[in-house]
Amino acid sequence: MLASSEEKILFECETGNYHTFCPISCVAWLYQKIEDSFFLVIGTKTCGYFLQNALGVMIFAEPRYAMAELEEGDISAQLNDYKELKRLCIQIKQDRNPSVIIWIGTCTTEIIKMDLEGMAPRLENELGIPIVVARANGLDYAFTQGEDTVLAALAHRCPSVQDQLNVKKTSLSQLNSSNEKQTLLHENSLVLFGSLPSTVTTQLNLELKKQGITVSGWLPAQRYDDLPPLGENVYVCGVHPFLSRTATTLMRRKRCKLIGAPFPIGPDGTRAWIEKICSAFNIEPKGLEDREKNIWKSLERYMPLIRGKSVFFMGDNLLEISLARFLIRCGMIVYEIGIPYLDKRYQAAELAFLEKTCLEMGVPMPRVVEKPDNYYQIQRIHELQPDLVISGMAQANPLEARGISTKWSVEFTFAQIHGFTNAQEILELITKPLRRNQNLQFLEYNTLVKNS
Amino acid sequence: MKLAYWMYAGPAHIGTLRVASSFKNVHAIMHAPLGDDYFNVMRSMLERERDFTPVTASIVDRHVLARGSQEKVIDNIIRKDKEEHPDLIVLTPTCTSSILQEDLQNFVNRASMDSKSDVILADVNHYRVNEFQAADRTLEQIVRFYIEKAKKQPNFHIKKTQKPSANILGIFTLGFHHQHDCRELKRMLNDLGIEVNEVIPEGGSISNLKKLPEAWFNLVPYREVGLMTAVYLEKEFKMPYISITPMGIIDIASWINEIEKILKKITQEQQTKDVMVKETQNFIQNFNFKNYINQQTRFVSQAAWFSRSIDCQNLTGKKVVVFGDATHAAQITKILSREFGIHVSCAGTYCKHDADWFREQVLGFCDQILITDDHTQVGDMIARMEPSAIFGTQMERHVGKRLDIPCGVISAPVHIQNFPLGYRPFLGYEGTNQIADLVYNSFTLGMEDHLLTIFGGHDTKEVITKSLSTEVDLSWSDDGLKELNKIPGFVRGKVKRNTEKFARQEGIYNITVEVMFAAKEAFSA
Repeated sequence: MLASSEEKILFECETGNYHTFCPISCVAWLYQKIEDSFFLVIGTKTCGYFLQNALGVMIFAEPRYAMAELEEGDISAQLNDYKELKRLCIQIKQDRNPSVIIWIGTCTTEIIKMDLEGMAPRLENELGIPIVVARANGLDYAFTQGEDTVLAALAHRCPSVQDQLNVKKTSLSQLNSSNEKQTLLHENSLVLFGSLPSTVTTQLNLELKKQGITVSGWLPAQRYDDLPPLGENVYVCGVHPFLSRTATTLMRRKRCKLIGAPFPIGPDGTRAWIEKICSAFNIEPKGLEDREKNIWKSLERYMPLIRGKSVFFMGDNLLEISLARFLIRCGMIVYEIGIPYLDKRYQAAELAFLEKTCLEMGVPMPRVVEKPDNYYQIQRIHELQPDLVISGMAQANPLEARGISTKWSVEFTFAQIHGFTNAQEILELITKPLRRNQNLQFLEYNTLVKNS
Repeated sequence: MKLAYWMYAGPAHIGTLRVASSFKNVHAIMHAPLGDDYFNVMRSMLERERDFTPVTASIVDRHVLARGSQEKVIDNIIRKDKEEHPDLIVLTPTCTSSILQEDLQNFVNRASMDSKSDVILADVNHYRVNEFQAADRTLEQIVRFYIEKAKKQPNFHIKKTQKPSANILGIFTLGFHHQHDCRELKRMLNDLGIEVNEVIPEGGSISNLKKLPEAWFNLVPYREVGLMTAVYLEKEFKMPYISITPMGIIDIASWINEIEKILKKITQEQQTKDVMVKETQNFIQNFNFKNYINQQTRFVSQAAWFSRSIDCQNLTGKKVVVFGDATHAAQITKILSREFGIHVSCAGTYCKHDADWFREQVLGFCDQILITDDHTQVGDMIARMEPSAIFGTQMERHVGKRLDIPCGVISAPVHIQNFPLGYRPFLGYEGTNQIADLVYNSFTLGMEDHLLTIFGGHDTKEVITKSLSTEVDLSWSDDGLKELNKIPGFVRGKVKRNTEKFARQEGIYNITVEVMFAAKEAFSA
């Protein structure tokens, strides 16, 4: 029993009674990423309340998102959805003049079966602004999967490579430079998908440039008008583990070639990611080994704190597999990887990499628990007494009060953790509770609840 | 449909959850999709709760949408009953379950047959009521449920406490300074020789609810929550209640006078020879309430003296705007106007359901009344009035920041900094001191700011940096500069210095993006 579990990762599925953010939270980072967008969340007060509390201070900075708050008349269909949405979108156009309006469908629009996809093209014609529909609701998705639904919807709006070439061809024919035309037609291009702060995209672009690979575009781009051209000769590669719908859309609808790679989280992940991309372009990667080694060297100062320590991922943002893999490489022991949803095909390379890492580090395979049950997890945490629990904010303080160190999982979503340069950011986050413990170790008040 | 960026009062289920999770050993189960349990985060973060919030969700997902919840809700109730043995489980509907129109009452009836704990369905309609109304309703519902239950017991009879006692209704979790207010109320009641019978819902036990009628009277410190319960108890047991908010020296005095009236009336009715009761009667007849008010107002509270002091003279006629929930906005308006002589240009509340009461309260204490739950309207009004200070919610604080007007936060919705660890009541005599500080500090900051702008400020940092960075031997490439500008202002200087230092060490004279990142790596190593 034990032997077999050490060879292969154990997959389990629990009840799905866990805490996570509603997927509409993706507007928080996406409206900042896509500078000329406006996000309209069509839902109820519940959605609005979540957003305003989860986004904290951001709310006050005149954000480019708003709620279309459904009232009783909308629910009972006394009001005409189309007219109502038109009225609001006209107002948005007047006040903000965005290049695209993204409608976020919620649980309520699902339940009352509001035909957002049907209404959007009609209104788009009338208004003259593209309207993209993403159904990021809590009925189907968890937290970061919200971004997945938005990017999958945006993928449909990406121009086709063929069209772009035709445009270029006509302009090129005037220039008469046939050489250039040839290269343009035949070159395979690379588009990366996943929303990252522009600093991080620049860093990843540079990493690939060092290998002689030019990134022809990102989904999403900084502006809606700059969406990358897609088509048959385009290779695509994901940077986040939660973008399986986007990947599927790019492959099936846009005929792109997906490079299945581990994700560029941690120096090990980043190197594997670059190597996989290089292999797709038949390029022998150079200097990567040294680069990885140097990064590990720079991380050395964190190692005494974490080596041999145990971690428990409660699971809520789908970054868990990649983070666990990186932490195991750092010498930590992972007891459990909770994860809301696991697409074994999209994450295949990452899962294989996790297995490989466990074998190489000589640690037992962690159990991967899909749709975890927080109540049972807390019981397991009490039994295992891990050195660190990566959990949501609902559990963090109660666990701390019981003497168990925690790190809020949400921070990994908002921090810059991709690429070689940012590896230390992950360890900075991971070690924060451990360093705090070190600072406070002389205080004897570790459990701060009565009768526990 | 309504275009909304921000809301003052939360959705109905938040009110229900706040009441349910304030009681001891009560568990709430939300009938809600994944992600709607954000309440747990708020309670754990804002209140810094040490215990797991007793709220779980019975998840509504695709399957529920297709086939109905079927046994799921019942199973979840029974499971929670076995796991945590709560006294009561409150099934909480959300906006989602409001539309699904499943027969939740039926689930409750079936589940209560198999569970040891009591089970009730919170009777709130998401589309008709807000957070406060729902909280008020849920509190009454729970009290009614247990009073009715107790009444069915054969040996049920009410025995009033021997000494005068009061219940405090409406102190609950995530309330604005509720914990501190509760302590202050208890202190004052103690001074007046009154025992506290029960405080609900915060920390209250379900099994003690049947003892509520044993108190002589009820106190409802906040307008928003507890009134329905007080009215119910009055109808059912003829228990008098006081709904005056003891905030500000004038209203504290009328609150105490009201208590005196009730106590004297009840003791006169009690014609008894019981020694203890006689003693109590004597105490009340002899206790000099007037003197107590006098002493406290003049010497325990500093507010009365403060408003006579020279400092406060400078505040005379200053214009302010007040906005918040009905209780706090009304009380602060009255305090500013009556007790500090400050000119309230506009007083407003977002409790639209209680607009009439609010108007009546602040009539004569302000120029204008604003009833709205649209924060842009409040912002516009503030911009128009240009007050010297604002007293409002977190939203008004941010409006103030944008307009350079200082703001004191007096009401929910609030951030974590409004859950202070130190003792900061708004009610009672200590509360008057806190409010005086808040008011005064808001204004002085404004004054200092004003003086600084008149005299050109004292910020000379810019000049100093200039003289230090004259010797530039390095050039920045366009992409490098662009990247540099992406870095938030407050660290940009440091990043620039580090990068330049790195470039000099490496003998690089043109700084590109690559150099920047290399520098970052070098310095973080």
